[in-house]
Amino acid sequence: MTGPDEVARVYRQEYGRCVATLVRVLGDIDLAEEAVQEAFATAVEKWPGTGLPPNPGAWIVTTARNKAIDRLRREAARDDKHAQAALLHQPAEPKEVGPVRDDQLRLIFTCCHPSLAPAAQVALTLRLLGGLETPEIARAFLVPEATMAQRIVRAKRKIKDAGIPYRIPAEAELPRRLPPVLAVLYLIFNEGYAASSGDDLVRADLCAEAIRLTRELAGLMPDEAEVAGLLALLLLTESRRPARTGPDGALVLLPDQDRSRWDQALIADGQALVRACLRRNQPGPYQIQAAIAAVHSDAPTGADTDWSQILALYDQLIVVAPTPVVALNRAVAVAERHGPAAGLAELDRLDLPGYHLFHATRADLLSRLGRSAEAARAYERALELATNATERAFLAGRLAGATRRQAEPEE
Amino acid sequence: MKQYLLSVHGTHGAPLPPQDVMQQVFADVEKVNQEMREQGSWVFAGGLTDPGDATVVRADRGEILLTDGPYVETKEQIGGFWIIRARDLDEALAWAGKATLACRAPVEVRPFQDEAED
Repeated sequence: MTGPDEVARVYRQEYGRCVATLVRVLGDIDLAEEAVQEAFATAVEKWPGTGLPPNPGAWIVTTARNKAIDRLRREAARDDKHAQAALLHQPAEPKEVGPVRDDQLRLIFTCCHPSLAPAAQVALTLRLLGGLETPEIARAFLVPEATMAQRIVRAKRKIKDAGIPYRIPAEAELPRRLPPVLAVLYLIFNEGYAASSGDDLVRADLCAEAIRLTRELAGLMPDEAEVAGLLALLLLTESRRPARTGPDGALVLLPDQDRSRWDQALIADGQALVRACLRRNQPGPYQIQAAIAAVHSDAPTGADTDWSQILALYDQLIVVAPTPVVALNRAVAVAERHGPAAGLAELDRLDLPGYHLFHATRADLLSRLGRSAEAARAYERALELATNATERAFLAGRLAGATRRQAEPEE
Repeated sequence: MKQYLLSVHGTHGAPLPPQDVMQQVFADVEKVNQEMREQGSWVFAGGLTDPGDATVVRADRGEILLTDGPYVETKEQIGGFWIIRARDLDEALAWAGKATLACRAPVEVRPFQDEAED
Protein backbone atom coordinates (compact mmCIF):
# COMPACT_ATOMS: atom_id res chain seq x y z
CA MET A 1 0.00 0.00 0.00
CA THR A 2 1.39 3.38 -0.98
CA GLY A 3 0.38 5.95 1.65
CA PRO A 4 0.91 9.70 1.84
CA ASP A 5 4.20 9.17 3.74
CA GLU A 6 5.59 7.14 0.87
CA VAL A 7 4.61 9.82 -1.68
CA ALA A 8 6.13 12.50 0.60
CA ARG A 9 9.37 10.51 0.76
CA VAL A 10 9.50 10.19 -3.04
CA TYR A 11 8.69 13.90 -3.32
CA ARG A 12 11.58 14.88 -1.04
CA GLN A 13 13.98 12.60 -2.87
CA GLU A 14 12.92 13.12 -6.48
CA TYR A 15 11.46 16.65 -6.69
CA GLY A 16 14.73 18.46 -7.44
CA ARG A 17 15.93 15.81 -9.88
CA CYS A 18 12.64 15.88 -11.80
CA VAL A 19 12.48 19.69 -11.92
CA ALA A 20 16.09 19.78 -13.13
CA THR A 21 15.37 17.42 -16.01
CA LEU A 22 12.11 19.17 -16.93
CA VAL A 23 13.89 22.54 -17.00
CA ARG A 24 16.19 21.13 -19.67
CA VAL A 25 13.39 19.45 -21.61
CA LEU A 26 11.02 22.44 -21.51
CA GLY A 27 13.58 25.26 -21.36
CA ASP A 28 11.56 27.10 -18.72
CA ILE A 29 11.73 26.95 -14.91
CA ASP A 30 8.12 27.93 -14.15
CA LEU A 31 6.76 25.48 -16.69
CA ALA A 32 8.96 22.72 -15.24
CA GLU A 33 7.84 23.40 -11.65
CA GLU A 34 4.16 23.44 -12.56
CA ALA A 35 4.46 20.23 -14.55
CA VAL A 36 6.28 18.37 -11.75
CA GLN A 37 3.74 19.57 -9.16
CA GLU A 38 0.89 18.40 -11.40
CA ALA A 39 2.57 15.03 -11.84
CA PHE A 40 2.90 14.61 -8.05
CA ALA A 41 -0.76 15.59 -7.63
CA THR A 42 -1.62 12.75 -10.04
CA ALA A 43 0.70 10.41 -8.12
CA VAL A 44 -1.15 11.17 -4.86
CA GLU A 45 -4.38 10.02 -6.55
CA LYS A 46 -3.02 7.02 -8.42
CA TRP A 47 -0.26 5.41 -6.38
CA PRO A 48 -2.44 4.30 -3.44
CA GLY A 49 -4.36 2.15 -5.97
CA THR A 50 -1.61 1.04 -8.33
CA GLY A 51 1.25 0.84 -5.83
CA LEU A 52 4.59 2.62 -6.21
CA PRO A 53 5.92 2.42 -9.81
CA PRO A 54 9.27 0.58 -10.17
CA ASN A 55 11.06 3.85 -10.93
CA PRO A 56 9.05 6.69 -9.31
CA GLY A 57 11.40 9.42 -10.61
CA ALA A 58 11.01 8.26 -14.21
CA TRP A 59 7.22 8.03 -13.74
CA ILE A 60 7.10 11.64 -12.47
CA VAL A 61 9.34 12.95 -15.27
CA THR A 62 7.32 11.19 -17.98
CA THR A 63 3.98 12.25 -16.50
CA ALA A 64 5.17 15.84 -16.00
CA ARG A 65 6.50 15.99 -19.53
CA ASN A 66 3.26 14.67 -21.03
CA LYS A 67 1.24 17.14 -18.97
CA ALA A 68 3.43 20.02 -20.09
CA ILE A 69 3.15 18.98 -23.72
CA ASP A 70 -0.65 18.66 -23.42
CA ARG A 71 -0.80 22.12 -21.98
CA LEU A 72 1.46 23.54 -24.68
CA ARG A 73 -0.79 21.92 -27.33
CA ARG A 74 -3.89 23.47 -25.77
CA GLU A 75 -2.23 26.87 -25.67
CA ALA A 76 -0.87 26.48 -29.19
CA ALA A 77 -4.41 25.76 -30.38
CA ARG A 78 -5.35 29.16 -28.94
CA ASP A 79 -2.72 30.72 -31.18
CA ASP A 80 -0.09 31.24 -28.46
CA LYS A 81 3.19 31.81 -30.29
CA HIS A 82 5.38 30.86 -27.32
CA ALA A 83 3.62 27.54 -26.91
CA GLN A 84 3.95 26.82 -30.62
CA ALA A 85 7.66 27.60 -30.51
CA ALA A 86 8.20 25.34 -27.48
CA LEU A 87 6.31 22.51 -29.17
CA LEU A 88 8.63 22.63 -32.13
CA HIS A 89 11.33 21.22 -29.88
CA GLN A 90 9.19 18.27 -28.78
CA PRO A 91 9.31 14.91 -30.57
CA ALA A 92 5.89 13.77 -31.84
CA GLU A 93 5.56 10.71 -29.58
CA PRO A 94 6.62 11.16 -25.97
CA LYS A 95 8.93 8.35 -24.97
CA GLU A 96 9.82 7.03 -21.52
CA VAL A 97 12.33 9.41 -19.93
CA GLY A 98 13.79 9.62 -16.44
CA PRO A 99 15.72 12.20 -14.44
CA VAL A 100 19.20 12.83 -15.87
CA ARG A 101 21.89 13.15 -13.21
CA ASP A 102 23.75 15.98 -14.94
CA ASP A 103 20.58 18.07 -15.02
CA GLN A 104 20.76 18.50 -11.26
CA LEU A 105 24.29 19.84 -11.56
CA ARG A 106 23.16 22.22 -14.28
CA LEU A 107 20.33 23.45 -12.08
CA ILE A 108 22.46 23.98 -8.98
CA PHE A 109 25.01 26.00 -10.97
CA THR A 110 22.15 28.07 -12.40
CA CYS A 111 20.63 28.65 -8.93
CA CYS A 112 24.04 29.61 -7.48
CA HIS A 113 25.16 31.78 -10.41
CA PRO A 114 27.41 34.60 -9.13
CA SER A 115 25.19 37.20 -10.80
CA LEU A 116 22.44 36.33 -8.28
CA ALA A 117 22.66 37.71 -4.73
CA PRO A 118 23.52 35.07 -2.09
CA ALA A 119 20.08 35.37 -0.48
CA ALA A 120 18.49 34.68 -3.88
CA GLN A 121 20.85 31.73 -4.49
CA VAL A 122 19.84 30.13 -1.19
CA ALA A 123 16.12 30.67 -1.78
CA LEU A 124 16.22 29.27 -5.32
CA THR A 125 18.28 26.24 -4.31
CA LEU A 126 15.84 25.34 -1.54
CA ARG A 127 12.83 25.96 -3.78
CA LEU A 128 13.95 24.23 -6.97
CA LEU A 129 16.32 21.51 -5.73
CA GLY A 130 14.92 20.98 -2.24
CA GLY A 131 11.27 21.27 -3.23
CA LEU A 132 10.57 23.42 -0.14
CA GLU A 133 7.50 25.61 -0.33
CA THR A 134 7.99 29.37 -0.29
CA PRO A 135 6.34 29.80 3.17
CA GLU A 136 8.71 27.16 4.61
CA ILE A 137 11.75 28.98 3.23
CA ALA A 138 10.42 32.31 4.49
CA ARG A 139 9.94 30.86 8.00
CA ALA A 140 13.42 29.34 8.02
CA PHE A 141 15.05 32.66 7.13
CA LEU A 142 12.70 34.82 9.19
CA VAL A 143 11.52 37.00 6.37
CA PRO A 144 7.89 37.76 5.52
CA GLU A 145 6.39 35.29 3.05
CA ALA A 146 5.73 38.06 0.53
CA THR A 147 9.39 39.11 0.65
CA MET A 148 10.57 35.56 0.02
CA ALA A 149 8.05 35.04 -2.78
CA GLN A 150 9.21 38.29 -4.37
CA ARG A 151 12.86 37.22 -4.04
CA ILE A 152 12.21 33.90 -5.78
CA VAL A 153 10.11 35.45 -8.56
CA ARG A 154 12.74 38.11 -9.17
CA ALA A 155 15.58 35.56 -9.32
CA LYS A 156 13.68 33.34 -11.74
CA ARG A 157 12.92 36.36 -13.91
CA LYS A 158 16.58 37.32 -13.97
CA ILE A 159 17.59 33.80 -15.02
CA LYS A 160 15.19 34.04 -17.95
CA ASP A 161 15.69 37.69 -18.97
CA ALA A 162 19.44 37.88 -18.50
CA GLY A 163 20.06 34.49 -20.06
CA ILE A 164 21.79 32.83 -17.08
CA PRO A 165 22.86 29.57 -18.70
CA TYR A 166 21.63 26.10 -17.75
CA ARG A 167 25.01 24.48 -18.07
CA ILE A 168 27.73 22.79 -16.04
CA PRO A 169 30.69 25.21 -15.99
CA ALA A 170 33.80 24.18 -17.86
CA GLU A 171 36.72 22.80 -15.82
CA ALA A 172 38.54 26.16 -16.09
CA GLU A 173 35.55 28.03 -14.63
CA LEU A 174 35.04 25.70 -11.66
CA PRO A 175 37.44 27.43 -9.24
CA ARG A 176 35.22 30.52 -9.55
CA ARG A 177 31.85 28.80 -9.87
CA LEU A 178 32.02 26.01 -7.30
CA PRO A 179 32.67 28.14 -4.15
CA PRO A 180 29.28 29.93 -4.29
CA VAL A 181 27.54 26.55 -4.61
CA LEU A 182 29.37 25.22 -1.53
CA ALA A 183 28.72 28.49 0.33
CA VAL A 184 24.98 28.15 -0.33
CA LEU A 185 24.90 24.57 0.97
CA TYR A 186 26.94 25.53 4.06
CA LEU A 187 24.69 28.51 4.71
CA ILE A 188 21.56 26.35 4.51
CA PHE A 189 23.12 23.93 6.99
CA ASN A 190 24.23 26.67 9.38
CA GLU A 191 20.86 28.35 9.33
CA GLY A 192 19.45 24.99 10.41
CA TYR A 193 22.16 24.32 12.99
CA ALA A 194 22.25 27.73 14.65
CA ALA A 195 19.03 29.29 13.42
CA SER A 196 18.62 32.96 14.19
CA SER A 197 15.42 31.70 15.83
CA GLY A 198 12.39 29.65 14.80
CA ASP A 199 11.08 26.24 15.85
CA ASP A 200 13.31 23.19 16.12
CA LEU A 201 11.61 21.15 13.42
CA VAL A 202 12.24 23.59 10.60
CA ARG A 203 15.86 23.87 11.72
CA ALA A 204 16.55 20.12 11.65
CA ASP A 205 14.86 20.01 8.26
CA LEU A 206 17.30 22.56 6.82
CA CYS A 207 20.31 20.58 8.11
CA ALA A 208 18.97 17.36 6.60
CA GLU A 209 18.29 19.12 3.30
CA ALA A 210 21.79 20.65 3.18
CA ILE A 211 23.34 17.24 3.86
CA ARG A 212 21.16 15.54 1.25
CA LEU A 213 22.04 18.13 -1.43
CA THR A 214 25.75 18.04 -0.54
CA ARG A 215 25.72 14.24 -0.72
CA GLU A 216 24.12 14.46 -4.17
CA LEU A 217 26.73 17.01 -5.25
CA ALA A 218 29.57 14.82 -3.94
CA GLY A 219 28.16 11.93 -5.97
CA LEU A 220 27.93 14.13 -9.07
CA MET A 221 31.42 15.68 -8.69
CA PRO A 222 33.55 12.89 -7.20
CA ASP A 223 36.78 14.59 -8.30
CA GLU A 224 36.21 17.79 -6.30
CA ALA A 225 37.94 17.40 -2.94
CA GLU A 226 36.23 20.46 -1.44
CA VAL A 227 32.77 18.98 -2.06
CA ALA A 228 33.81 15.87 -0.10
CA GLY A 229 35.34 18.19 2.52
CA LEU A 230 32.08 20.09 2.93
CA LEU A 231 30.10 16.85 3.22
CA ALA A 232 32.51 15.60 5.91
CA LEU A 233 32.23 18.90 7.77
CA LEU A 234 28.43 18.79 7.72
CA LEU A 235 28.28 15.14 8.86
CA LEU A 236 30.76 15.68 11.72
CA THR A 237 28.95 18.83 12.86
CA GLU A 238 25.56 17.13 12.61
CA SER A 239 26.90 14.18 14.68
CA ARG A 240 27.05 16.46 17.74
CA ARG A 241 23.50 17.74 17.46
CA PRO A 242 22.00 15.34 20.05
CA ALA A 243 24.54 16.52 22.66
CA ARG A 244 24.29 20.19 21.79
CA THR A 245 21.26 20.86 23.98
CA GLY A 246 20.53 19.52 27.46
CA PRO A 247 17.24 17.88 28.55
CA ASP A 248 15.81 21.36 29.25
CA GLY A 249 16.74 22.55 25.74
CA ALA A 250 19.64 24.67 27.05
CA LEU A 251 22.80 25.05 24.96
CA VAL A 252 25.74 22.78 25.92
CA LEU A 253 29.18 23.85 24.66
CA LEU A 254 31.59 21.39 23.05
CA PRO A 255 33.84 20.80 26.10
CA ASP A 256 30.81 20.02 28.30
CA GLN A 257 28.90 17.80 25.88
CA ASP A 258 27.97 14.23 26.78
CA ARG A 259 29.98 12.55 24.03
CA SER A 260 28.13 9.28 24.39
CA ARG A 261 25.25 11.12 22.71
CA TRP A 262 27.28 11.90 19.58
CA ASP A 263 26.07 10.00 16.50
CA GLN A 264 28.82 7.46 15.89
CA ALA A 265 27.56 6.45 12.42
CA LEU A 266 27.81 10.04 11.19
CA ILE A 267 31.26 10.37 12.79
CA ALA A 268 32.47 7.21 11.01
CA ASP A 269 31.14 8.54 7.66
CA GLY A 270 32.71 11.96 8.21
CA GLN A 271 36.07 10.60 9.34
CA ALA A 272 36.28 8.24 6.36
CA LEU A 273 35.69 11.22 4.06
CA VAL A 274 38.38 13.27 5.86
CA ARG A 275 40.89 10.42 5.46
CA ALA A 276 40.07 10.17 1.75
CA CYS A 277 40.58 13.95 1.44
CA LEU A 278 43.97 13.74 3.17
CA ARG A 279 45.08 11.05 0.70
CA ARG A 280 44.09 13.34 -2.18
CA ASN A 281 46.24 16.12 -0.77
CA GLN A 282 44.41 19.07 -2.36
CA PRO A 283 43.59 20.95 0.86
CA GLY A 284 40.94 23.66 0.92
CA PRO A 285 38.98 25.52 3.60
CA TYR A 286 36.13 23.00 3.94
CA GLN A 287 38.49 20.02 4.15
CA ILE A 288 40.59 21.70 6.85
CA GLN A 289 37.49 22.57 8.88
CA ALA A 290 36.34 18.97 8.48
CA ALA A 291 39.74 17.77 9.70
CA ILE A 292 39.38 20.00 12.78
CA ALA A 293 35.93 18.54 13.45
CA ALA A 294 37.41 15.04 12.99
CA VAL A 295 40.07 15.71 15.65
CA HIS A 296 37.31 16.77 18.08
CA SER A 297 35.30 13.66 17.29
CA ASP A 298 38.37 11.50 18.08
CA ALA A 299 38.56 12.66 21.70
CA PRO A 300 36.58 10.50 24.17
CA THR A 301 36.39 13.51 26.56
CA GLY A 302 36.96 17.23 26.14
CA ALA A 303 40.19 16.93 28.16
CA ASP A 304 41.55 14.37 25.66
CA THR A 305 41.31 16.83 22.75
CA ASP A 306 44.52 17.07 20.72
CA TRP A 307 44.71 20.89 20.76
CA SER A 308 48.17 21.07 19.21
CA GLN A 309 46.85 19.30 16.12
CA ILE A 310 43.78 21.53 16.05
CA LEU A 311 45.96 24.66 16.35
CA ALA A 312 48.18 23.40 13.51
CA LEU A 313 45.06 22.95 11.35
CA TYR A 314 43.84 26.47 12.23
CA ASP A 315 47.26 27.80 11.21
CA GLN A 316 46.65 26.18 7.80
CA LEU A 317 43.06 27.39 7.63
CA ILE A 318 43.89 31.01 8.32
CA VAL A 319 46.23 30.99 5.30
CA VAL A 320 43.54 29.79 2.87
CA ALA A 321 40.60 31.54 4.59
CA PRO A 322 41.90 34.64 6.40
CA THR A 323 38.57 35.74 7.87
CA PRO A 324 38.00 37.30 11.32
CA VAL A 325 35.74 34.39 12.32
CA VAL A 326 38.49 31.85 11.53
CA ALA A 327 40.89 34.02 13.55
CA LEU A 328 38.40 33.96 16.44
CA ASN A 329 38.25 30.17 16.39
CA ARG A 330 42.02 29.99 16.13
CA ALA A 331 42.27 32.20 19.25
CA VAL A 332 40.13 29.63 21.09
CA ALA A 333 42.59 26.89 20.05
CA VAL A 334 45.51 29.08 21.19
CA ALA A 335 43.81 29.50 24.58
CA GLU A 336 43.39 25.73 24.94
CA ARG A 337 46.95 25.00 23.86
CA HIS A 338 48.86 27.88 25.50
CA GLY A 339 46.47 29.18 28.17
CA PRO A 340 43.69 31.81 28.34
CA ALA A 341 46.10 34.78 28.50
CA ALA A 342 47.68 33.81 25.15
CA GLY A 343 44.20 33.28 23.67
CA LEU A 344 43.04 36.67 24.93
CA ALA A 345 46.07 38.38 23.39
CA GLU A 346 45.14 36.85 20.00
CA LEU A 347 41.52 37.83 20.45
CA ASP A 348 42.24 41.46 21.30
CA ARG A 349 43.96 41.86 17.95
CA LEU A 350 40.69 41.11 16.11
CA ASP A 351 38.10 43.60 14.96
CA LEU A 352 34.72 41.92 15.44
CA PRO A 353 32.76 44.38 17.60
CA GLY A 354 29.35 43.37 16.20
CA TYR A 355 29.72 39.58 16.56
CA HIS A 356 28.20 38.13 19.74
CA LEU A 357 30.53 35.12 19.77
CA PHE A 358 33.58 37.42 19.86
CA HIS A 359 32.32 38.95 23.12
CA ALA A 360 31.18 35.58 24.48
CA THR A 361 34.62 34.04 23.81
CA ARG A 362 36.36 37.06 25.32
CA ALA A 363 34.10 36.84 28.38
CA ASP A 364 34.92 33.16 28.82
CA LEU A 365 38.70 33.77 28.67
CA LEU A 366 38.43 36.75 31.04
CA SER A 367 36.51 34.74 33.57
CA ARG A 368 39.07 31.90 33.33
CA LEU A 369 41.70 34.54 34.15
CA GLY A 370 39.67 35.58 37.22
CA ARG A 371 38.83 38.99 35.70
CA SER A 372 35.13 38.68 36.60
CA ALA A 373 34.15 42.35 36.29
CA GLU A 374 35.49 42.55 32.72
CA ALA A 375 33.97 39.14 31.95
CA ALA A 376 30.55 40.36 33.10
CA ARG A 377 30.81 43.41 30.83
CA ALA A 378 31.76 41.20 27.85
CA TYR A 379 28.84 38.82 28.56
CA GLU A 380 26.52 41.84 28.67
CA ARG A 381 27.77 42.96 25.27
CA ALA A 382 27.36 39.43 23.84
CA LEU A 383 23.83 39.28 25.22
CA GLU A 384 22.97 42.60 23.56
CA LEU A 385 24.05 41.19 20.17
CA ALA A 386 22.74 37.59 20.34
CA THR A 387 19.34 36.90 18.75
CA ASN A 388 18.89 33.14 19.18
CA ALA A 389 16.80 32.32 22.28
CA THR A 390 18.87 29.26 23.31
CA GLU A 391 22.13 31.19 22.99
CA ARG A 392 20.67 34.12 24.92
CA ALA A 393 19.59 31.86 27.78
CA PHE A 394 23.10 30.39 27.89
CA LEU A 395 24.77 33.82 27.93
CA ALA A 396 22.38 35.12 30.60
CA GLY A 397 23.37 32.15 32.81
CA ARG A 398 27.07 32.87 32.27
CA LEU A 399 26.54 36.57 32.98
CA ALA A 400 24.81 35.75 36.27
CA GLY A 401 27.77 33.52 37.23
CA ALA A 402 30.33 36.20 36.43
CA THR A 403 28.35 38.83 38.32
CA ARG A 404 28.15 36.51 41.37
CA ARG A 405 31.90 35.87 41.34
CA GLN A 406 32.52 39.59 40.98
CA ALA A 407 30.64 40.14 44.26
CA GLU A 408 32.64 37.45 46.07
CA PRO A 409 35.92 38.54 47.69
CA GLU A 410 38.99 37.52 45.64
CA GLU A 411 41.11 34.77 47.19
CA MET B 1 21.47 34.96 -29.46
CA LYS B 2 20.67 37.66 -26.95
CA GLN B 3 21.83 41.25 -26.95
CA TYR B 4 23.37 42.97 -23.96
CA LEU B 5 24.20 46.56 -23.08
CA LEU B 6 27.61 46.93 -21.43
CA SER B 7 27.69 50.42 -19.96
CA VAL B 8 30.81 51.99 -18.51
CA HIS B 9 30.30 53.86 -15.27
CA GLY B 10 32.50 56.75 -14.31
CA THR B 11 32.55 59.46 -11.66
CA HIS B 12 31.48 62.80 -13.09
CA GLY B 13 34.03 65.51 -12.37
CA ALA B 14 36.81 63.10 -11.39
CA PRO B 15 40.17 64.26 -12.81
CA LEU B 16 41.11 62.53 -16.07
CA PRO B 17 44.11 60.20 -15.93
CA PRO B 18 47.34 61.49 -17.47
CA GLN B 19 47.56 61.56 -21.27
CA ASP B 20 49.76 58.46 -21.58
CA VAL B 21 47.32 56.41 -19.46
CA MET B 22 44.40 57.64 -21.60
CA GLN B 23 46.26 56.60 -24.75
CA GLN B 24 46.73 53.14 -23.27
CA VAL B 25 43.02 52.95 -22.35
CA PHE B 26 42.02 53.85 -25.92
CA ALA B 27 44.41 51.23 -27.31
CA ASP B 28 43.12 48.54 -24.93
CA VAL B 29 39.48 49.35 -25.66
CA GLU B 30 40.16 49.19 -29.40
CA LYS B 31 41.75 45.78 -28.88
CA VAL B 32 38.55 44.54 -27.15
CA ASN B 33 36.44 46.02 -29.97
CA GLN B 34 38.57 44.22 -32.52
CA GLU B 35 38.24 40.92 -30.65
CA MET B 36 34.46 41.39 -30.43
CA ARG B 37 34.26 41.99 -34.17
CA GLU B 38 36.33 38.88 -34.92
CA GLN B 39 34.07 36.75 -32.70
CA GLY B 40 30.91 38.18 -34.23
CA SER B 41 29.83 39.66 -30.89
CA TRP B 42 30.20 43.36 -31.74
CA VAL B 43 27.02 45.29 -32.51
CA PHE B 44 27.92 48.86 -31.57
CA ALA B 45 30.18 50.76 -29.19
CA GLY B 46 31.00 54.32 -28.41
CA GLY B 47 32.34 56.73 -25.83
CA LEU B 48 30.25 59.68 -24.68
CA THR B 49 31.34 63.27 -24.07
CA ASP B 50 30.96 65.00 -20.68
CA PRO B 51 27.48 64.56 -19.07
CA GLY B 52 27.35 68.35 -18.92
CA ASP B 53 26.93 68.28 -22.70
CA ALA B 54 23.59 66.46 -22.34
CA THR B 55 20.19 68.02 -23.07
CA VAL B 56 17.02 66.44 -21.69
CA VAL B 57 13.93 66.61 -23.88
CA ARG B 58 10.47 66.04 -22.37
CA ALA B 59 6.89 66.60 -23.40
CA ASP B 60 4.49 68.55 -21.20
CA ARG B 61 0.90 68.46 -22.53
CA GLY B 62 2.21 68.24 -26.07
CA GLU B 63 4.74 71.01 -25.48
CA ILE B 64 8.41 70.02 -25.95
CA LEU B 65 10.63 71.28 -23.13
CA LEU B 66 14.43 71.29 -23.08
CA THR B 67 16.70 71.28 -20.03
CA ASP B 68 20.44 71.74 -19.98
CA GLY B 69 22.46 68.95 -18.35
CA PRO B 70 21.94 65.23 -17.62
CA TYR B 71 18.56 63.69 -16.64
CA VAL B 72 19.74 62.80 -13.12
CA GLU B 73 22.37 64.91 -11.41
CA THR B 74 24.43 62.13 -9.83
CA LYS B 75 28.14 61.64 -9.53
CA GLU B 76 27.92 58.31 -11.37
CA GLN B 77 27.36 58.85 -15.08
CA ILE B 78 27.65 56.60 -18.12
CA GLY B 79 30.85 57.37 -19.99
CA GLY B 80 30.41 54.95 -22.88
CA PHE B 81 28.89 51.63 -23.82
CA TRP B 82 28.95 48.52 -25.95
CA ILE B 83 26.05 46.62 -27.43
CA ILE B 84 27.01 43.00 -27.95
CA ARG B 85 25.50 39.74 -29.10
CA ALA B 86 26.09 36.76 -26.80
CA ARG B 87 24.88 33.21 -26.43
CA ASP B 88 24.07 33.69 -22.72
CA LEU B 89 24.92 35.77 -19.65
CA ASP B 90 28.21 33.94 -19.05
CA GLU B 91 29.47 34.95 -22.48
CA ALA B 92 28.33 38.56 -21.90
CA LEU B 93 30.03 38.58 -18.47
CA ALA B 94 33.27 37.34 -20.03
CA TRP B 95 33.21 40.29 -22.46
CA ALA B 96 32.38 42.64 -19.58
CA GLY B 97 35.45 41.34 -17.77
CA LYS B 98 37.66 42.26 -20.73
CA ALA B 99 35.82 45.58 -21.07
CA THR B 100 36.33 46.63 -17.44
CA LEU B 101 40.05 45.79 -17.61
CA ALA B 102 40.42 47.80 -20.81
CA CYS B 103 38.53 50.93 -19.72
CA ARG B 104 39.55 50.81 -16.03
CA ALA B 105 36.01 51.44 -14.80
CA PRO B 106 33.05 49.32 -13.62
CA VAL B 107 30.87 47.90 -16.40
CA GLU B 108 27.16 47.16 -15.95
CA VAL B 109 25.69 44.30 -17.98
CA ARG B 110 22.01 44.56 -18.92
CA PRO B 111 20.11 42.26 -21.22
CA PHE B 112 17.91 43.71 -23.95
CA GLN B 113 14.31 42.53 -24.09
CA ASP B 114 13.99 39.63 -26.50
CA GLU B 115 13.04 40.65 -30.00
CA ALA B 116 9.66 39.38 -31.16
CA GLU B 117 10.01 35.88 -32.59
CA ASP B 118 8.95 35.53 -36.18
